[in-house]
Amino acid sequence: MEELLKVNNVSMVFGGLRAVSNFSMEINKGELIGLIGPNGAGKTTAFNMLTGVYEPTEGTITFEGNLVNGKKPYQVTAMGMARTFQNIRLFSELSVIDNVKIAYNMHVQYSLPEAIWRFGRYFNEEEEITNKAMSLLKIFKLDGKADEQAKNLPYGEQRRLEIARAMATQPKLLLLDEPAAGMNPQETHELMEMIRWIRDEFKLSILLIEHDMSLVMNVCERIYVLEYGFCIANGVPEEIKNNKRVIEAYLGEEVS
Amino acid sequence: MNNIRKQDIMSLLGCFVLFAVMQLLIMFEIIGPFWELNIVLIGINIILSVSLNLINGYTGQFSIGHAGFLAVGAYTGAIITVKLGLPFELALIVGTLCAGLLGFLIGLPTLRLNGDYLAIATLGLGEIIRICILNIEYVGGASGLMGIPRETNFAWVFWVGIFVIFFIKNFINSAPGRSCLAIRENEIAAETMGIDTTKYKVMAFTIGAAFAGTAGVLFSHYFYIAHPASFTFMRSFDILTMVVLGGLGSMSGAITGAVLLTGISAFLAEYPEWRMVIYSITLIVLMLYRPQGLFGNKELSLKMFKLGGDNSGRTAEGK
Amino acid sequence: MDMGSFLHQFVQQLINGVSLGSIYALIALGYTMIYGIIKLINFAHGDIYMLGAYFGFVATTMLGLSFLPALVFAMAAAAVAGIVIERVAYRPMRNAPRIAILITAIGVSFFLEYGMILIATPQPRTFPAVFDATVYNVAGLVINSQQIVILGSALVLMAALTYIVNHTKAGKAMRAVSFDMDAAQLMGINIDKVISMTFALGSSLAAAAGVLVSIYYNSIDPLMGMMPGMKAFVAAVLGGIGIIPGAMLGGIIMGVVEAMVSGFFSSTFRDAAAFGILILILLYKPSGLLGKNIREKV
Repeated sequence: MEELLKVNNVSMVFGGLRAVSNFSMEINKGELIGLIGPNGAGKTTAFNMLTGVYEPTEGTITFEGNLVNGKKPYQVTAMGMARTFQNIRLFSELSVIDNVKIAYNMHVQYSLPEAIWRFGRYFNEEEEITNKAMSLLKIFKLDGKADEQAKNLPYGEQRRLEIARAMATQPKLLLLDEPAAGMNPQETHELMEMIRWIRDEFKLSILLIEHDMSLVMNVCERIYVLEYGFCIANGVPEEIKNNKRVIEAYLGEEVS
Repeated sequence: MNNIRKQDIMSLLGCFVLFAVMQLLIMFEIIGPFWELNIVLIGINIILSVSLNLINGYTGQFSIGHAGFLAVGAYTGAIITVKLGLPFELALIVGTLCAGLLGFLIGLPTLRLNGDYLAIATLGLGEIIRICILNIEYVGGASGLMGIPRETNFAWVFWVGIFVIFFIKNFINSAPGRSCLAIRENEIAAETMGIDTTKYKVMAFTIGAAFAGTAGVLFSHYFYIAHPASFTFMRSFDILTMVVLGGLGSMSGAITGAVLLTGISAFLAEYPEWRMVIYSITLIVLMLYRPQGLFGNKELSLKMFKLGGDNSGRTAEGK
Repeated sequence: MDMGSFLHQFVQQLINGVSLGSIYALIALGYTMIYGIIKLINFAHGDIYMLGAYFGFVATTMLGLSFLPALVFAMAAAAVAGIVIERVAYRPMRNAPRIAILITAIGVSFFLEYGMILIATPQPRTFPAVFDATVYNVAGLVINSQQIVILGSALVLMAALTYIVNHTKAGKAMRAVSFDMDAAQLMGINIDKVISMTFALGSSLAAAAGVLVSIYYNSIDPLMGMMPGMKAFVAAVLGGIGIIPGAMLGGIIMGVVEAMVSGFFSSTFRDAAAFGILILILLYKPSGLLGKNIREKV
């Protein structure tokens, strides 16, 4: 299998606090990986290092062989990683379709004068962007609400829109930060079906942070477990389920 | 996409009609010199508020140093015509470019600041520009640069205003413009969507500053003089007030705000002692009743009256 | 300039700067307190300083009060004015967008300035000399008794404010509200009362500054608050807005910088220097000298 992301012994230190210590992970093309751990274990911090929000204090991160350390978030996105946020961060005053169109901006070819004077590539590309955005919305069953303000969508649909928006950047690796948070079981189930379908359809890799254990166990092929910033286990769901340290640290009676 | 182009042409046609009507009214002196002056002033203020709206309203960067760029335009324009004896058209271009360049140089370091800190930094920079001008003897120092020819007239202001409005409207309806909107909505998410936030913040700031410079050239070539006292932070507040009153992030709002406040000011000219008191009370009351501004961030369009139509700022003719 | 006279000039300007700076600090405190509580840049605050000067003028000329009673009168009257302004103009907008309240504050500022012009005419008035100005010569340095009074009064007021904020129940309530308004409300703190009190305290400090400055310059006019108000705001941001010691520090720095620039270069560049320092500091420390750099959590 081809390696996509390699995290090599990274640590993140805030003042005196080691939020993540010597964390290593690999993600191969087409894999669906889970990252779990109790609250405050450093999952989101790990995410933030991957996406350039924080620069790791130690260690290296490479994506397709290119170094991620020191890159700004928008550069990381351009390399082919896209993410969603634990606390939804939509462009809430803008329409649903504009939310998605903005994520295509990176790939826009037309120049500023072409935009202002509306000639050359402007019209064709705008049409293309709109069509692409619409078809993405259709996949996420949001096409009927394309012109609504994002803030007016119900919670579950906002979560879906965030994923749609991340997909519009055309990533090779999609990072989802607790996408099912606050969803009811029915919605969660649909979401998981969708995540798996996206992976197969778009042939990308997905890294998923999740609290809902059953969900991660069902959908992910491999799982990493963080506790107090340390990676205490990794492996296929069966292994994780039976790992003593994981059970002690996190699962407790949930999986007994 | 053809209907967008059709709309542009229709709007332009509307502008021609409006222009013809206004020009005739002025020619036959149905609009007297007092109101002609105020209409020119309204036009200049529209350019200012629309350009500040790009920075504050669309990109969400809180800038209150617009008077500084206005001053740069006013003075560089005057240097071109008065000191160098070159044509007014060139003055317009040079004034715009100089203000834009300065905007770029100022924006690059300061746009890292957030919210109120950016506000006070831009306010300070506006004042620094003014004080520097005040100390340059070449442009008249504290007594101002006098003897500027009156080259600006209604036609100039009208068409330059239309140009600026269309420029910014088209900018906002393009990928770079949407990037600016994204920054306003959520800077962190914007950056994660692959948007180089610094680049677009500086771009919006530069364009906004450049058009403030354009307004400055028009201003000094209408009132014969460029004086440091015209460009204090109070002037920046004036422009900010127009934008907020109209509704941040609304083209129709910025235009309406400029028309309304300049108009109120002109109407009150007959009562000089009460003028500012009434003006300030109007301001307070309007903000109390419409804290989101007259238009919110919506646009005036047929949509307001019936369903359908588009929401691009197609109110260039709202003069 | 040789070293001796340079040093002499430097110390002289330092004295002038600290006394001017203590005025900025007094005004900046009000800015910072109001910002700390309701996140409003109260652009009308400089005009409260002007109001204070006029109240002081009324107290000394019409009521014939001497310095201290006049100062207290001006502070009390300005406190009332501050409470009324907050009630009428800011309270109804507490849930409005912040920028809307800012515009309202600009409106209030215009109203106070031009309202005062309407009442008192735009002409400057001579502020009576409430005590004799004695000039002391210490080691060749010129120190004015008025400067001593200014500095002394400012120090006493700042000490009083620090005591109120840190050691009284009301001060604790203020700090709680500024930390988290909603939580404070849930803990049974009367927000409206705390905000009123903040405006009263801030306004009375500004009024004191107004009276002190008027005594020093002998002259008052309705637009006198514009520039000092702006400078004090700069001072508050410089120190880290919302932080009380920051406002004091910022005020003193502003005063000293201005005095130095006037003394060594040209007074025309004084204002530019003040703003220049602010921008340099912000670029280095984006939330002011004593401010904490809070990063938004992702």
